[in-house]
This record gives sequence, structure tokens and C-alpha cells, in this order.
Amino acid sequence: MEFISSLWYAVPETLRIVIVILLQIVAVVIPLILTVAYTTYAERKVIGFMQGRMGPNRVGPRGLLQPFADTVKLLLKEVIIPTKSDRYLFLLAPILALAPAFSAWVVIPFSENMVLADINAGLLFILALSSLGVYGIIIAGWASNSKYSMLSAMRIGAQMVSYEIAMGFALGGVLIASNSLNLNDIVRAQSGSIFSWFAWPLFGLFIVYFISGVAETNRAPFDVAEGESEIVAGFHVEYSGIAFALFFLAEYANMIMISALTSIMFLGGWLSPFQGLDFLINIPVIGLFFGNGIHWLALKIAFFLLLYLWFRATFPRYRYDQIMRLGWKVLIPVTFVWIFFEIIAVALGWQPWL
Amino acid sequence: MPEIRNFTLNFGPAHPAAHGVLRLVLEMDGEMIVRADPHIGLLHRGTEKLVESKPYNQSIGYMDRLDYVSMMCNEHGYVLAIEKLLGIEVPIRAQYIRTMFDEITRILNHLLWIAGHSLDVGAMTMFLYAFREREDLMDAYEAVSGARLHATYYRPGGVNRDLPDSMPQYEKTRWRDEAEVKRQNANRQGSLLDFLEDFTNRFPSKVDEYETLLTDNRIWKQRLVGVGVVSPERALQMGFTGPMLRGSGIEWDLRKKQPYAAYSQVDFDIPVGTNGDSYDRYLVRIEEFRQSNRIIKQCIDWLRHHPGPVRSGNHKVTPPKRADMKHDMEALIHHFKLMTEGYCLPAGEAYAAIEHPKGEFACYLISDGANKPYRLKIRAPGFAHLSGMNEMARGHMLSDVVAIIGSQDIVFGEVDR
Repeated sequence: MEFISSLWYAVPETLRIVIVILLQIVAVVIPLILTVAYTTYAERKVIGFMQGRMGPNRVGPRGLLQPFADTVKLLLKEVIIPTKSDRYLFLLAPILALAPAFSAWVVIPFSENMVLADINAGLLFILALSSLGVYGIIIAGWASNSKYSMLSAMRIGAQMVSYEIAMGFALGGVLIASNSLNLNDIVRAQSGSIFSWFAWPLFGLFIVYFISGVAETNRAPFDVAEGESEIVAGFHVEYSGIAFALFFLAEYANMIMISALTSIMFLGGWLSPFQGLDFLINIPVIGLFFGNGIHWLALKIAFFLLLYLWFRATFPRYRYDQIMRLGWKVLIPVTFVWIFFEIIAVALGWQPWL
Repeated sequence: MPEIRNFTLNFGPAHPAAHGVLRLVLEMDGEMIVRADPHIGLLHRGTEKLVESKPYNQSIGYMDRLDYVSMMCNEHGYVLAIEKLLGIEVPIRAQYIRTMFDEITRILNHLLWIAGHSLDVGAMTMFLYAFREREDLMDAYEAVSGARLHATYYRPGGVNRDLPDSMPQYEKTRWRDEAEVKRQNANRQGSLLDFLEDFTNRFPSKVDEYETLLTDNRIWKQRLVGVGVVSPERALQMGFTGPMLRGSGIEWDLRKKQPYAAYSQVDFDIPVGTNGDSYDRYLVRIEEFRQSNRIIKQCIDWLRHHPGPVRSGNHKVTPPKRADMKHDMEALIHHFKLMTEGYCLPAGEAYAAIEHPKGEFACYLISDGANKPYRLKIRAPGFAHLSGMNEMARGHMLSDVVAIIGSQDIVFGEVDR
């Protein structure tokens, strides 16, 4: 032990910091990728259950190894680059889509002290990165040089920009309520009991945020950019193999991201719903479950992911102009009104913003 | 100044919403359709020509493959034309069996329609729900003919054989254990009629299930209401039939207007739309589910109590019993003649139309007195519907084109023939 620690301190300090940060990144990204893998599995199983069929059940016990089989298949497939495409942009696009989806995770507080970069402007950082995600997709649509991709890129450009506004306003409400841009502070501002979560006073914003989140990640019923039956697969119609897998990874990482953010902003993140009920928390061993911790964040994320899947199994797809109408004429006015009254409440010093 | 041109999009033939091999050349202004030009012929197999080189009975199987989701109805149209020219009587039991299977086919067709249509509009769960019910009806096909799709069950002069007394059973596999198989076989213990009765009792609640998913769904309504409106006048002018015509508010159904088989004996209503948009056509077809179910119920009831022959006794057209051939010289000769030469139709022509699930399906048969048709013209309802595509899609968006294709219920087997 002594030997290892002496070896560790022999490394120059700058290098030590770099190594620690790299290890931390790995500690976030590997579980994230695994979560994505099993979200795809869960999606197929859950939707399968809703549709009265089995879902994957061939690879491994109960199909549990299916995500790995899929990954291996995608890795081994040839990446076909269309002849008349812009090959550099074509290959850059999936990376541009993936990078923001992953890097936004640095500011997510997994529990009280588990956050990679506890920066003050966490909320702004998230907003900035989620806006960047659209570039990957627009570039992919354009670089493929296919008409279907082009239509998809146009659709998604308009859609994401519109929903970003509703999303930003919803987060503005959270900002006013919590008085902070730091995500951990936002979580702490909701501590007390289940009733001090922002989901109750900001219910409208909560709904708007999650709906915009679904639209932002291009999931059903807002999946016009992929629109299987209209524009085949939209922006990734020309992608194959690992290039396609990167888009897939980005989409699911974004889904988990939106679920995590919704839980953090409105449902108290890692806070337990049993807060304040000390007799539960004081029970030995089981009390750990009722106390605050990362497991509550995980459960909340899982709940929102389930909603994603449920939507997909239930709703038909919106038409492009109807999505726009919903965004501009319904969601944005709702956030306006809600924030207006919130500001009044804050100015008059009403609960729960004291 | 740059020249502004419309965007031309080649929709299909290998497109997920092309319902087979539709190729649409879309001229678009942004997402708005300026002109939709359907190109057909990619599934042309020359059915009408092939029929000319085969004895009548050998072409029944080709009819299955026209509209390959409503197999027995196509057969019915063809068989009816032959019977009309031959002037033979079909036993009443066969008439009822045909009526029942026509309605089973209508449900089969509409189930595939709702599956495809809703999948096109994005509601993917409907697809699997519809296939769940289709599976049972496919089993009914299998029980009666041995084939799940291309039955070749109707014959001039009746149907191939009587309804079976047992149903095919599921077997145990690696993925299905004993208990599961037992559960699946629970309603397959009795005869085909028992199985179908169980289905008809269950089916209305399934239709309710579809309706809860779709009918009042805001998104579904937004996608269909006011999309692809056809006025009653235009619907008549363009030769629309079936739900496409009834959706526009014209009460025209051959089952009522020119009853064939046993339709004059059974009780049913014709649903009619008011606005002529995709949503009305959807409602019309949903109601047809219920009406077909009603007809099947009545047929089952009748068939249970009225045993009898299912083939005409005229052995110039229908083969004699195998047992008779063992001792009856004439039967043997009939059999030999039928299986080699077939039968000859008197010279002349006949037009027989039926109310196919998609509209008026008809066969126009010209005979020169030989054992094969001189010419067979098939009137496919889908062809007329597809020709209305441009008119229906113009001014709508790309997503609406998909909804319109779905609501037309196009199948290329019959359009291209």
C-alpha cells in the first residue's frame, strides 16, 4: 500500500490531475454507455410487452445479451460513404451529435457529492450543449446528399430551435424558483419533503419541459426527423455500421439526459421522496434505501424513460406543421403565463419561494 | 437570379410506406405536394394473360395472388363469372360458406389496412394488435384450405370441401412450454365453427380496443381529419367504390344493391361517411369490422343447423366423390375429363362483380367455347383509387401523402395484376 501511494505521489501533479479526471470521465461514460445499451433492450422488451409480443429472447438468458450482439453487429458492418456526399462532414456529423450528448453529463449531480464538474453555470452549460446537438444532425442530413436526409435536416432544424425556446423558458422558471444555476443547488433547493419538489409549484413548466424534451430528442410522437414511414430514416438514412450506431448512442444518451434533467429540475434529483419521515430513514439497512442517494435519481430516470417508451407505443406521429403549432402556440404561451405568475409570487414573497 | 425549382422526390418503390411497390414521383414545394404522379406496373405478373392459357379451374390460384390480403374475395369474383356463364346452381350451404369467408376476408383485409395505415401514421402498436387477430383468421383459412394465405378454396359450383371438424393445433417448441401451448390451443378443441364463434364473441371488444387507441386520439384526428377529401361527385366520377365511396357519403354496396351468395339472407348495415376525408374512411372501415362480425355470426348460426352438399352435383364442372369413382364408370370419366381438359364454357361473355373489401372487384369473362377463357378483364378497385391520388394529395404535406396512401388501402397485387 505504501509502495503504491509513494508511486502515485512520484507522478507530477499536473499529470495526476489529468489521470484523476480521465478516470472520472471513464467512470461516468462507461455506465452511461451500458445504460444506453440496456435502454435499447428495455425499450424492445417494454414495447414488446405493451404490444403483446416477446421482444428479444434469443441471445443469452431472456435475451439479456442482445445489446452486445447488436453492438458487435454494428461494429462489424461496413460504413458505406455515399459517392456524392461530403465525406468529411459525413463522418464528422455522428461525432458532432455524440459529443454534446456525452459531455453534458459532466454537470449532472448523481448524488450529494457525486458530480464531475460542480460549476456554477451548470444550467447554462446544459442549454448550450443541447443546442449544439442539432448541428450533428443537420450536418448529417446535408452531407448525405439525399433528398430524404435533406428534408429531415430541415424538419429537425426547425423543430429543435422551436422547442429549445419552450425548454429554455421552463428552465427559467426553475432558475427563478431555486435562485441558482448550479444543478446541485437546484436539487438542494427542493429538499424538505416530497412537497417541496418543484414539480408541484411549477407543474405546467414540468409538463412543458418533458414534452419539449421528448421533441428535442426526436422521439415519438415527435419523431418527424426520423419519420420511418415518411422519410424512411431521415438524417441517418445513408449511415450504416458504427456511424449509425453513434447516432443511435447519441439519441439514447440524450433521452437519458432529458430524463435525468427532468428529475433533477422538478423531482428533486437524488432526494428521496421519503425525506422528513425520519422513522423510515432511521431503520437500519432498509433506511439507506429510504434516504437520499443516487438510487433515487436512477429510479426517477427509469420512470421518465418508461414514459418515453410508453409514448412511443401509444401515439401516432405528429405532422411537421402540427409540431410547430404545438410548440409555438401551446407550449411557449404556457411557459410565459406560468413564469409571469411565478415572478409575481416570488416578488410578493409567497411560499414556496421564500 | 437563381431559378427556383420545385423539389422532386422519388417516393418508392422501396419505401416503407409504399405498400409494396408504389412509386410516386412527388413534386414538392418545400413539404407541400404540388403534384403526385403514381407509377405502377412494378408488380405486373400478367395475370390476365396467364389465365388465357389454362383451364378455368387452374386459374383460381392466380386470383388469390391479385389482392393478396383479401384472397377468397378475389376467388369469389372469378368463380361467380364462370358460374354466370355456365348457369349452374350453387348449393345453399356453399353460398353461406362463401358469405362467411368473404366476411372473414373482409376483416382480414381491414385488419391489415388498419395495421398498415396506423403504422404509416406512426401508431406502431396497432400494427401488432391487428396481426394478433389476423392470426386467428389465418388459422381459419388454414383449417379450411390448408393454406394460410393463398387458399384456392372456392370452386365454380361451390367450395372445395366442407368445413372441418377440427382445428390445427399449436405444438410445443423450445420457446413455448406445455402450459403456454395448452393456453393457445384452448379455443381450438372444437370444430372450425366453434373456433370462429369464439372469435366473433371476442372480436367486438378488440375493435373497441383499437378505437380507444385511435378514434378519439387527438394526434390521430389531427392527422386524418380533412386530409384527402373527396367530394361525392368526384368519387363517382373517378370510379371509386367500397369504403372510398361510402366514406364520401354515397351508400353503395353491392352486397345490398346486387346481392350475391347469401347476402340477401343476412342482416347487416352499410356505414356511410359524411365528409369524405381520411377520418371518415377510417370510421367506415371500423364499422365494417362490426358489421362483418355480425354477418359471420349469422352465417355460423345457419351453418350449424343446415348440413348439406357444398358442391354442385353437376359433375361436368365439379369432380365426383373419390368413393364413387371406384365403382361408377361415369364418375371416373368425369374425373378424368375434369382433371385433364377441364370444362368448356358456352361461348359468350359475363361480368360478375362482388363487394370486395376494397371496393367493386369484378371479372369480365369472354369465352369462345373453349376450356380456357378467351379474355379475362379484371376490374380492380385499387386502380381507380390510385388514380385519384394526385387529386387527393395536392396541397397537402408529405406526411399526408402517407396517410392518404394508407386510407386508400392500396395493394399492388391487384393494381398491377
